[in-house]
Amino acid sequence: MLRYVIRRVLYAIPILIGVNLLTFALFFVVNTPDDMARMQLGVKRVTPEAIENWKRDRGYDKPLVLNSAATGFAKVTDTIFWNHSARLFVLDFGKAESDGRDIRHQIATRMGPSLAIALPVFLVGMATYITFALLMALLRATYLDFSGVVLCVAAMSISSMFYIIGGQYLVSKLWNLVPISGFAGDLSAWRFMILPVAVGLLGGFGESSRWYRTIFLEEINRDYVRTARAKGLPEGRVLIHHVLRNALIPILTGAVVAIPTLFLGSLVTESFFGIPGLGSYTIDAISSQDFTVVRSMVFLGSILYIVGLILTDISYTIVDPRIRFE
Amino acid sequence: MSNPSAVGEGTSAGDAHRMSRLSYWIVVLPLLASCSGAWNDPYPAADRQSNTLYSAFLEKPKHLDPVQSYSSNEIAFTAQIYTPPLQYHYLKRPFVLIPHAAVEVPTPTFLDAQGRELKSGSDTSQAAFSVYEIRIRPGIRYQPHAAFATRADGTSRYFPVDPQDLAPVHELRDFRETGTRELRADDFVYQIKRLAHPRLHSPIFGLMTEYIVGLKEYGEHLRAVNDALIKQGRKDAWIDLREHPLEGVEVVDDYTYRVKLKGKYPQFVYWLAMPFFAPVPFEADRFYAQPEIIERNITLDWYPVGAGPYMLTINNPNRQMVLERNPNYTGETYPSEGEPDDEANGLLADAGKPLPFIDRVVFSLEKETIPYWNKFLQGYYDASGISSDSFDQAIRVASGGEVMLTDEMRAKGIQLKTAVAPSTYYMGFNMLDPVVGGDSEQARKLRRAISIAVDYEEYISIFANGRGIAAQSPLAPGIFGFREGEAGINRYVYDWVDGEARRKPVEAARKLMDEAGYPNGMDRRTGAPLVLNLDATARGPDDKARLDWLRKQFAKINVNLVVRATDYNRFQEKVRKGNAQIFQWGWNADYPDPENFLFLLHGAQGKVKFQGENASNWVNAEFDRLFERMKNMENGPERQAIIDQMLDIARRDAPWLWGLHPKEYGLAHAWVKNRKPNQIANNLLKYQRIDAVQRAALREQWNRPVLWPLGLLALVVVVFTVPAVLVYRRRESGTARAVVPVPAAR
Repeated sequence: MLRYVIRRVLYAIPILIGVNLLTFALFFVVNTPDDMARMQLGVKRVTPEAIENWKRDRGYDKPLVLNSAATGFAKVTDTIFWNHSARLFVLDFGKAESDGRDIRHQIATRMGPSLAIALPVFLVGMATYITFALLMALLRATYLDFSGVVLCVAAMSISSMFYIIGGQYLVSKLWNLVPISGFAGDLSAWRFMILPVAVGLLGGFGESSRWYRTIFLEEINRDYVRTARAKGLPEGRVLIHHVLRNALIPILTGAVVAIPTLFLGSLVTESFFGIPGLGSYTIDAISSQDFTVVRSMVFLGSILYIVGLILTDISYTIVDPRIRFE
Repeated sequence: MSNPSAVGEGTSAGDAHRMSRLSYWIVVLPLLASCSGAWNDPYPAADRQSNTLYSAFLEKPKHLDPVQSYSSNEIAFTAQIYTPPLQYHYLKRPFVLIPHAAVEVPTPTFLDAQGRELKSGSDTSQAAFSVYEIRIRPGIRYQPHAAFATRADGTSRYFPVDPQDLAPVHELRDFRETGTRELRADDFVYQIKRLAHPRLHSPIFGLMTEYIVGLKEYGEHLRAVNDALIKQGRKDAWIDLREHPLEGVEVVDDYTYRVKLKGKYPQFVYWLAMPFFAPVPFEADRFYAQPEIIERNITLDWYPVGAGPYMLTINNPNRQMVLERNPNYTGETYPSEGEPDDEANGLLADAGKPLPFIDRVVFSLEKETIPYWNKFLQGYYDASGISSDSFDQAIRVASGGEVMLTDEMRAKGIQLKTAVAPSTYYMGFNMLDPVVGGDSEQARKLRRAISIAVDYEEYISIFANGRGIAAQSPLAPGIFGFREGEAGINRYVYDWVDGEARRKPVEAARKLMDEAGYPNGMDRRTGAPLVLNLDATARGPDDKARLDWLRKQFAKINVNLVVRATDYNRFQEKVRKGNAQIFQWGWNADYPDPENFLFLLHGAQGKVKFQGENASNWVNAEFDRLFERMKNMENGPERQAIIDQMLDIARRDAPWLWGLHPKEYGLAHAWVKNRKPNQIANNLLKYQRIDAVQRAALREQWNRPVLWPLGLLALVVVVFTVPAVLVYRRRESGTARAVVPVPAAR
């Protein structure tokens, strides 16, 4: 397995180089250093000298990828790409253009709040959706199953924004049960987490429950399930011990790959609930055109996604002994 | 083998039991939590009756260093922390400058080219230099700060910082020892020098080099010093500005300093009311320049050091920023005079009382307007603006056009304050464009026709809920030179009818189009329809509605308006290079002087030629000549007459559609006292007072938890659980279990 993981990590390197090159080209074509300077210096009373000084101070006055004026290795290293993009490979994200804060420190600080919401949504969500889907499978072909499917379709049809705004209006404003938005740096944060977690759970409920139900119903027709029933096992036991276990592979495909990206938080939820996580950090960076932060977050997202895929492959061997690393 | 039926029964009974236990906890847990007051209170219970003002910020401030902060969301903090020499009177209108750290508002002395003082009464318009001598009030002390901490022998406690002291330090407040000292004149001089610091990028450095003697050269000198440090591998090393004199600024004594300006620049006193000219002690600059401190993200840009009424004690712009009363702030009292209505409105009830009133101000990050508004209604924010989403809920417009609060707002005791902002939003013509630009009568008539056709009164009504007034010129109400009534209307666009300005009928615009060579929107020379291009930064559905409306306005005179939507960077580039034909832009005043608006039309500010602020690139020699005279004059009839002439020239040439001046609506709860809109001053928190007891009582009353939804939820769980258990039991105990149909996956 170790060899397999090493091979996958090596495969990841060209992917990350591609991501790095692509984001660099994209951001610097769309947004020149002059644009960046103007954005950060404001729109009032910005002189050409101020723009030049800003670029010079941050190394944006250098050539993009090849410095023909330099000699030797400096032709490559004394460039914007080397100083602002290549260093991402050693997780040196540099400083944000907008406020000069260390990006790595910000990421480390903001991961906690993001996880505080994303992790409960993920764990409780998995448990809830699987339980509900199992119940539907258990009660299949009854009016309860039909009601469950209708409920899922209805839940899927509603925008997540509606859940957020509706949740804030009903639960926080009309019923006064939890704070509308905010966060705390200590254990009292639980009060702020209830609503975003509930909204997150509700937002994923329809799609996930229905998807899992489909998986379970496909498994339920298999021979080994019929054999289990023939042995006289109760239906609940058949579902939990046999169907659920064998249905785990497609469930894991979707779930494990999502685990590392939980760190990145949710853009909309964090923004509406005032959660100081990485999602709102990314949104802020986009709106203030702080492309150093955006590039860092894209790069980090790529790494986490690749980690997620490797973890998924590993998890297959755990739930299905037939799968071997080749 | 176990009995399936029995197992099934046991399982279902257990499920039901677990469900009912869950329902129990769903109801009981929040009940337990309710013992501590309102459940939806986002603040700690201990703060419920504290003398704290609760506010929000929509966008986190980027800079809190007074040399850099310029945006309104930054000055909202720095203005409370720093003490520039001057400030605006809180209550008087029009805006009046009064001393803050200074003893009095300085009056300049004027020098000729040889440096001789011009005699009083002589013509100062040709003065070569102006000298402002600013005297500082003795006894002002800085907030407690680690940079001032000293040992018993008088040496600095944290410079150089001992690595052992840094071990527990993650934020500024982790430094255990603090100190203070009296504010001195050289702190003000130090800050003026910082405007030229090559690492700080002050937004007003370029402007100030035109006025402060030697500042430009000083910037070049500091850049050379900085470059030398970079070559030595010390790019973050502290540059002690005390060792680098600046020609135009000098310390006279501990409480007096002088600033020497080129020529006359009466607007300089307004800059003295901004944090750009607030004092910064060298100790703070030196403290924050230490690499070990920088590594911990502790900078002056993040942790300001001031002598104002408040100090920033928590700076977590991802969540919350907290200002607390500066214990060393003394000597300022609430004003005892204001406008005629102020006494009746209770704004003089606190006259003569020491400032500030509030101990603590908590700003929470609230990015979305909906939660902000709802929390305001719950009493968790003390004041709020009104977004378009909540306008109808807050404001009712009576049939006579009077604006009033809705019954819901009045029942809560909410106060409404309105004021026209010293801002202008306009639509500019690029005067370098061959069709809409230029000085020909044809182009002038075309611009005037468009000015009549685009009905800004309708725009304000549709898109701003009536919050604005159609502009007659760039000058906003409250700015010297603005005229009310008939004398102030733009006669090229409006008529004075029945005591009010009435936009000319569209027929007048069509007639002008005919005279301009575009009868029915067709170019008389080519026979082709007239197509004009509007460059705009369109982002969402709201913009689409606005742009569609604009197309319809142009269509009234048979002009086909093509909208070229783009992002803001490209838009700026087009305007900068003169590639835009028609564009929309705005300006917020820095200070309440007509020069700060009219310079937007000054030829020397041409965007394409000089990279200035005159985005329409309009040049009119007479206007420019009058501007040069007007800008250095004292307010008075002569200045008013010149402004009238300038406005008439601008209206005749119509380089802009004058657009609108927005009207700001602010709401505050009944427990907030002494609140008066002030669009120019920013250091307003110190005047405000709150009744924390009233607030706590009303919050409690407004936020009683409604419990029936929890019961309903529990009921729903039970209602679905019982039939599920029954169905399951029936199926488990049935005899024909093998024939359970399995539906196709849906």
